Parts: sequence; structure tokens; C-alpha cells
Amino acid sequence: MPRYTDVICSFCGTLCDDIEVSVEDNRIVDVKHACRIGTAKFLSSNDLEHRLLKPMVRKNGKLVEVSLEEAIERAAEILKNAVKPLLYGWSSTCCEAQSVGIELAEELGGVIDATVTVCHGPSVLAVHDAGYPGCTLGEVKNRADLIIYWGSNPMHGHPRHLSRYSIFPRGYFRERGQSDRELIVIDVRKTDTAKIANKFVRVNYGEDYELISALRKVVNGGELREESVAGVPKEEIIALAEKMMNCQFGVLFFGMGLTQSYGRHRNIDNAICLVRDLNVHTKFVMQPMRGHYNVVGFSEVLGWQAGFPYAVDFGRGFAWYNPGETTANDVLQRGECDAALVIASDPVSHFPRKSVEHLAKIPLVAIDIHPTPTTQIADVVIPSAIAGIEAEGTAYRMDSVPLRLRKVKEPPEGVLSDEEIMRRLLAKVRGEAPKLEVEAR
Amino acid sequence: MRLILRNGFVYDPLNGINGEKMDICIENGKIVEDVKDAKVIDCSGKVVMPGGVEIHSHIAGGKVNTGRIMRPEDHLKNVMPKTRLTRAANGYSTPSTFLTGYLYAKLGYTTAFTAAMPPLMARHTHEELHDIPMLDKGALTLMGNNWFVMRYLKRGDVELAAAFAAWLLRAAKGYAIKVVNPGGGEAWGWGRDVRNLDDPVPHFDITPREIITGLTRVNEMLSLPHSIHLHANNLGRVGNYLTTLETMELANGTKPARERQVVQLTHVQFHSYGGDSWRTFASEAESIAKAVNSKDNVIVDVGQVVFGDTTTMTADGPMEYYLSSLTGLKWSNRNIELETSPGVTPFIYSKRSPVAAVQWAIGLELALHIKDPLKVLLTTDHPNGAPFFRYPTIIAWLMSSRYREETMKEVHGAAQRNTTLATIDREYDFYEIAAVTRAGQAKSLGLAEKGHLGAGADADVAVYDINPEEVDPSRDYKLVEERFSATSYTIKDGEIVVKDGEIVKVVNGRTLYVDAKVDSELERELERDLDYYFKRFYSVNLANYPVQEVYLTRPTPIEVKTNVR
Amino acid sequence: MEVTLITGRTVAQGEEMEKGKTGEGFKRACAVIELDPEDMSRLGAYEGDEVRVETDVGEVVVVAKKSRDAPHPGVAFMPLGPWANVVVGEGTASTGMPPFKGIKARLTLAKGERVLSAEELVARVYGKE
Repeated sequence: MPRYTDVICSFCGTLCDDIEVSVEDNRIVDVKHACRIGTAKFLSSNDLEHRLLKPMVRKNGKLVEVSLEEAIERAAEILKNAVKPLLYGWSSTCCEAQSVGIELAEELGGVIDATVTVCHGPSVLAVHDAGYPGCTLGEVKNRADLIIYWGSNPMHGHPRHLSRYSIFPRGYFRERGQSDRELIVIDVRKTDTAKIANKFVRVNYGEDYELISALRKVVNGGELREESVAGVPKEEIIALAEKMMNCQFGVLFFGMGLTQSYGRHRNIDNAICLVRDLNVHTKFVMQPMRGHYNVVGFSEVLGWQAGFPYAVDFGRGFAWYNPGETTANDVLQRGECDAALVIASDPVSHFPRKSVEHLAKIPLVAIDIHPTPTTQIADVVIPSAIAGIEAEGTAYRMDSVPLRLRKVKEPPEGVLSDEEIMRRLLAKVRGEAPKLEVEAR
Repeated sequence: MRLILRNGFVYDPLNGINGEKMDICIENGKIVEDVKDAKVIDCSGKVVMPGGVEIHSHIAGGKVNTGRIMRPEDHLKNVMPKTRLTRAANGYSTPSTFLTGYLYAKLGYTTAFTAAMPPLMARHTHEELHDIPMLDKGALTLMGNNWFVMRYLKRGDVELAAAFAAWLLRAAKGYAIKVVNPGGGEAWGWGRDVRNLDDPVPHFDITPREIITGLTRVNEMLSLPHSIHLHANNLGRVGNYLTTLETMELANGTKPARERQVVQLTHVQFHSYGGDSWRTFASEAESIAKAVNSKDNVIVDVGQVVFGDTTTMTADGPMEYYLSSLTGLKWSNRNIELETSPGVTPFIYSKRSPVAAVQWAIGLELALHIKDPLKVLLTTDHPNGAPFFRYPTIIAWLMSSRYREETMKEVHGAAQRNTTLATIDREYDFYEIAAVTRAGQAKSLGLAEKGHLGAGADADVAVYDINPEEVDPSRDYKLVEERFSATSYTIKDGEIVVKDGEIVKVVNGRTLYVDAKVDSELERELERDLDYYFKRFYSVNLANYPVQEVYLTRPTPIEVKTNVR
Repeated sequence: MEVTLITGRTVAQGEEMEKGKTGEGFKRACAVIELDPEDMSRLGAYEGDEVRVETDVGEVVVVAKKSRDAPHPGVAFMPLGPWANVVVGEGTASTGMPPFKGIKARLTLAKGERVLSAEELVARVYGKE
């Protein structure tokens, strides 16, 4: 029975790389060390009932099974005939597929965007303003004595984040693990993460910006005139600020609670400035809690190939970037794109109604491992192998550490990897024979 | 493909050829003595040089991409739309990978080394190198703040340190040992820095002096192709030239294991500062040049400043923080566990700034005061001093004292008052330009098949449309600047890739890395330590750390026989 | 009753999403609204009752759940998924980011009304099967 160690879990941005997987007759029979979600993902690869197995094309209003060749041909036709196609998704597949996707977007003069747009897009905008003082997660493990999660609930979103990198592990300078560290959670709700914190600070919904500003005021030697800010009493703010200034190595992890709430990128901008202010007094870093396992990889690949981290419009023959204009939801809600390709993502579930209404009106190609609401409304559906389980590739952890995903089992018969599907699609769009994999690498 | 480059003026310093009119013959990607049935390219009235070799340029990896992502305002200043052959490309101080390859090729460069690769992030560096077309590539690998290195050297175990360095180069697919602000990177883990050679590293009880001398020994024990590549302590600080001089002394008495220097002090312009405050900031380039002239085992690269907007990026985290606190501009940082701590911040070298004017002059002073052009390599520390595609301007400055005077008139008077530049008459000739842009680099890197045009060399050649019999660079400096900006021909591995300044063929270069073997017993001992440390202190498993060959274009290991134990 | 609606990830939502979105489990995990206990009694809802969530852009029927993160009166939570997104508002305020959190919503009891599966919901709202 093949047993694989050091397997990388391709679910969330924590990208745990210590998973052990046992495989029997091409079925995963045991998963060790992974969290609930990760385990579910590994085991789901067995569940052929809930997998997409055959390519489909919509004919007379119904999706019918076709050959892969026909599905790719139809997909290429849809994309070639479009004036401004949107290529969306990307965060749950490997960099190699993303890279071909960018080339395809360039070839088509389309818009390419990833789920960054609905998670840490605002963080990226703030980085454009103020920079990004961060570190790798091993630094947190070895050095951090103060850990803050703000608007983030890793117990749910990143179940092993606390045990691998932040609160629980022993580190070089934190030999006693948890007892050498302090955990503070700032949130509107007392989340499961807040329940295990040394301190929970409840902030009023939509007033994070005010609380950050109050902290900055104290850190920079000012005096608070208000008795409370954002629902937090003055004394508590002062105590929190002092804790931050007096720690040896502090880290601020932040999530959707800051990026999606009122203020959005302004919240993050202010938080980056707070971290910068704190560096006058001590060592302090920050880290966005990235959701999809390779959402960072997409920004890296698009960054080195096109200069920008998401939302790029190639309509002019070069990369044009203007979040708010070129971002997927804006392109959709303005009704601007006339076809779409969605890969490894489910915008029909995760985009607001108005965006989805347009997506339902235009020809749509969906590439995924499972049937989803998006494949349900698509005109072409192409099943793919699960990157990190059935296909190799590269993924970037939330702190930009790149890892090579492993393959532990074969995909269902006839099912190709995202990279291979994208290559065939690109070749079809160009009217070429597909490149051999060896040559491409 | 067989080619004859007919009748050009050839400048090939490593073979002592100085402007001789001759033919260069090419067959199967190599320079040969003679070739039959070849395509002939008429190079009469043109300058022929070996393909340029870039030895220190931040072109790939985490901090470069952080710069790109942090600075969307940088990219639309320089745009090259998609063509039938080339990808959509953009970027000024942080060009995209594609643009990096295209621009170097247009300048006549055929090889480039990225300046600072953190091993944990090596996979990223190689993913970017993979997407840089046109060039042979390699990566200098950061070791000066590595916990294994510091611990082994502290307890005097140079053999294990050497075994580790060899393993790390193999794992990261790196080419050479890079040392950046030794000890300072680790201190930055606590928001601190080290300020002189004997300032101990917090918790590790080792000094920068011990790290540098230790890694120098490691490098020579391993007999690596390149020497250690050292970014000294106190970069960018007023009065730092004393640290630089002291650092140079550390090479005394060490015999190189190969025909090259023992240390390359990099971007030494940033390390040649006198004065005791920004108000009294002055050049000490002459003192540094004097020291280099007197030593036979130290070379430098310049780190020239060209005026304009750029993005600074280095593995010297505390320095980037310090710089951003001076300018108030945005700042990125990433401490990397057990290894290093890079940072990024934008900077504007303004002609009206006294400091920038002096920095500009220092780089040129260094190049002009150092006598042997093989001991001073032209770099801008791209993009720290300027983007690499400003090289033609620097070449023109080096070849024309008149051009330097013209520029001096436009910049702050401090360049005149606080440096010796105005007193220097020396002007480089084409032979010296070839030395400081390719021959010296290839020699320093130990690349026997590059940087020259002798039989057996890689057929990497640059042809520039300048007739040395008609052009006087001292007077016609604008023409020199223009003609060095775009070759008539760039030839890579025997194929024409640039013609008349346009890309005519896109190729993928080799990725060079060092595969140094050490004693197997020593390796086993190292493996036990690796296992222990990775389990406890890294955030990735040991098995997931080494970079697979699949990431490399045309992987080319350089096998090295070492004399470790 | 008026609440401020927040949408976001939960561990159950993540787990079910990975198992596939066509099953009952996905609906059980996502077609819910987590309410503060005080708000529940004000609304007259018990755990498991159907509740209609209405905003300016749409409405959807989901199941009420008592929040484990209480107290947070006036704030309600829905896991991200097709149910929540039927009621998320328009626009991005030029940031690219839709208003997933902080949505003004009205809640009414809808006892006994059928909670649609993801498939049914998508077919009904977007008209494609």
C-alpha cells in the first residue's frame, strides 16, 4: 500500500506540508495530520459520485456529455468569438496552470482576475499605498511573543494555523510554546478563536478604522480624549497599545473582517501604518490570512509576468490595471464581458447576485473538479484533476513560501490536470498543436 | 547554425584582443577557429564584443516581485505591447520577467545573475528565472545570516559549514555564496542591526568578522567557481568607508582556490561614504580605490547611481527600514526564517539632492580610480542605483570626461565639492568597457566559456554599430550612449536573437548551478543536523525544501570537486 | 426586524464545499443564518425555524441558528455561499470588493417554507439548469 509523507494540503493558505496519505487501489484510505477541511478534500477525490467525470456542452438548453476534444473546441470558439472575455478563478490551482491562463488572456485580449478580488484585494490596494512589512511563518513560530488576529477566525478558516505557526508550537526563542506567547483576538463576534485567546477585544461593527487610529495615537505618544473608541474603553486601548510596544516580536494577522468591512483598503492601510509605527519601538510584522491555497501564487505569477497582482485587462495589448474598473465584479456588473472562463472557482456561489446575473447571460466555460452552481449554469464544462492530489504543481503559502504540490493518486480516467487543459485550450485558440509538456517546462 | 561575423573591431580583453579587425566564427553554439559554409554577417565598421555578463542584478524572486506588486505606478512608464514574437511586457525599475530578458538582449547581454536568493524562497526565484527569456542565468545564494552557518562557524566547525554550504547550493540550485550585512539580517529579527565587524549577533554570539572570514574559508575549501560575494555591513551609512576598508583587510593572506579574487565586494559605491552626518556627507571613493589597487585578491562592482526614480531592494532588511524612515515612502519587509530579511522601498535620486549628486560621482570615481578594469565591474545593483538599462549612459560617462562635466553642471554642487570626480581626466576605451561589462564578470564568476571570444567559448556575442576609427567617444558621447542601448546583433548560443535593436528570436537560456560534492560521512553528520533543525524550527519539512530540476530551463550543474576533509 | 448582516467562511462550509456542492450537507452548512439569542426571541424564532432574509436586491429563505459567538445583538451571520449571495448588494465602491459584510437586512419568520437546495436556488434565481 503506497504511503506518502510530506504531502502538501491544497486547501487553504496555511499550506500544511506534513500530511501523510495512504493509498490503496488508487483510493485514499487514510489521511494523517490534516484538519477537518483538508481531510475532506483528500477523501473527496475518491467520491466519484460527486466528481465531474465527463466533459459537457450545453445543447438545446441542456448539458450533454461530449468528448474532451469537442468540449475544448467549443470552449476555444466561445473565447475566440468574444470581444472581451473574463478569465476568472485560479486560486485553487497551481501556478503552472495560472501561467498558461495569463498567456491565454494575453492572446485573447481579455480580462484576468482571481479570487483575490473578493478576499484580500483591498489589502493589495493598501500595499500599493503603504507597503507590506511581513515575515515567513517560521519567524512567527521561532520569535513571536505577541500574536494578534484581527477580523480573522483561523479556528474555522485556517484550522491548523494556530498549531503550526502561531500560538501553540515551540520555537527557537519560545521553547515553552504557548506559555511563552500571548494571543489577542479583535473581532465583532466572540469567535472560536477569541474563546481561546488571552484577551478578546470586541470592536463595534464597521469601526475598525477608528480603533486602529486610536492605537496609533497612543503608540505615537498622543493622548486619547475620548472615553471609548469603537466600543472599546480608553484604558483597554492604552493597555493594548502598550502591550504591542513592549513585546519583543509582535505579529498582526488579519482577515476578511478588515478587508470586507466598511473602510476596506483604508482599514488595511491604517493597519500597515500602525505596524510601521510600532517598528520604532520594537519588532512588529503583519500577515494577511489568505484563504485559497494558491491565491498568493496567482498574484506572484501575474506580478512577475504582467507587473500587477490581479485584475489585469489585456485588451490594449499590454497589461492594464485599475481595480474598481478591471476587477471581476465590476466587469460583470457593468455587463462588459461577453464570455467567461471560470477555473477552480465557483463565482455563482460566491459572487453577489448582480454579478451572477450577467454571468448567466453570457457563454460560460467552467473547469472544475466538482459540479458546482457555476458548472450548473455553464455552457461548457471540463472536469479536471485535483492539483496537489492527482497532479503536481507549485503553490505559494500565505507568506509567499513556494512549495511543490505532490501527486498521490491518478485522476479519474480521461481527466486532465488544469495545466494540461489550459495548454490544449491555448493551442486550440491559436490553431496550433499543443506543446509537449517537456518543452514547455 | 554556422556564422561568420566578418571584419568587425573585436574587443576581447581576456584574450588580449584590442580592437583588431578580425572574423569571429561560430558553429554549434560555440566560437570556433574556422567554419565552412557559414552565413556571413558583415561587421565592418562595428564593435564586436563577447555577450555581456551581468553579475549582480535583482531580476528574479520574492523581493523583486514585492517591488513590482507594491509599485503599480512603476509599470506604465515603460510598456512593450505584445507582438507576434514577444509577450506583453512592462516595468521601469521593476521590469517584468519577459521585459528583463528582452531588454538585456537588446543591450547585448547574454548572461545574468540574480543578486540575492533566499534559499527558502529559491523555488520562487527559479520560477521567475524560468520566465526570463534570452539569457543564461544563475542565482547568488544568501548565507551570511543563516543559522546553520553561524552555529557551525561559532563552534569552529568549518568542515560542516562547508558541507552545509554545498548542500544548500544544491538544494536551492544556487551558484555562489552571497553574504549580505552579515549578522545584521539576523539582528533585524529583533528590529536591530550590527554596526561594525565586532558587533555580536544577538543570541548567536558570533561577529560579522567571524562570519565573513568563516565563509571565505568555506568558499575556498569548496573551491567554488565564484568567490564569496559580499554586501558589507553599514550599507548607505555616513562614514561607512571605514567598515569597508576593514572588511577588505579580512581577505589578507587567503589564497584563492581558483584563478580569481577571494572576495567580491559588491555595489561598493554604497559603501564608500565619508563625513559624519548627512550634512558633511562626502566621497571616500579614492581611499577605497587605493585599497583595491593595492590588493590582488579583492575586486569590486560599482553599484552606480543614475538620476531618477527607482525601487531599492536588498536582503539588508534594517537598511531598507532605515531608508524608508528617511524618505517616509512605503516600505515592505520580509524576515525569512533562519536565513535572511529582505526589504523594499522606493527611492528618487534627484539631481538637486546633495547626497544623490555625491553618490552619482562616487560610482564613477571608483571606476576611474581603480586601475585594473578587471577589478571593477560595472553594475547599478539593479534597480538600487538605477535600472540596468541605464548602462549605456554610464558607459558614455566613463568614456567621456566632457559628458561627466556636462552632467556635473546639472547636479547639486556637492558632486564638485565633496568628490574628486571633476579632477579626473581618465576616459575608458572600448577595451576597458569590454572588461568592466563582460570579461571581468566572467572571470570573477569562474565562467570559462563566457566573457571572451576564444575558440571553445559560448557563441554569445554583441555587435554594436560604432566605428572606433570614426567615432570619438569623448566628443560623440551621445552617439555612444545611443549605440550601446541597442545592438546591431545579439547572438546567443550561435543564434541571432536581436537584429537592429529588435528581438528576432526568443530563446531560453541555461540555468547554471553548483553541484559540489563533499565527503559522505560529513554529509551524514550534516543530515542529522538538518533533520533536527527542520523538524523544530523551519515551517516547511526538509523533504519539501530542495528545488526540483523541473523548475530550471536547460539545467546546467557545474560539478565541483572539493577538498573538504 | 432589521439586522446588520455579515457573510464569511465557517469550517463546516469549507468541509462541505470540498465534499461537493450538490449534497444535502452543503445546504445544511450554508443555508443558515446565525443569530444572537436575544434577536431570536425578538423575532420569535427557535433553532431550526425558517427565516426570510430580505435586502434591497433580493430575498432568500434559510434556517435560523443560535450563534455560538454571542452576544452580538443586531449583527447576524451567514456562511458564504449561493444563499447569502442572493441578498448581497450591488457595486464595489470602486474598490473591486462587493459589500459582503455590513449589509442592512430585514428578517421575518417564514416557518414551514421550503429552503431551496443550491441547485434549485440557482435554477430559480438565474434561470439555468
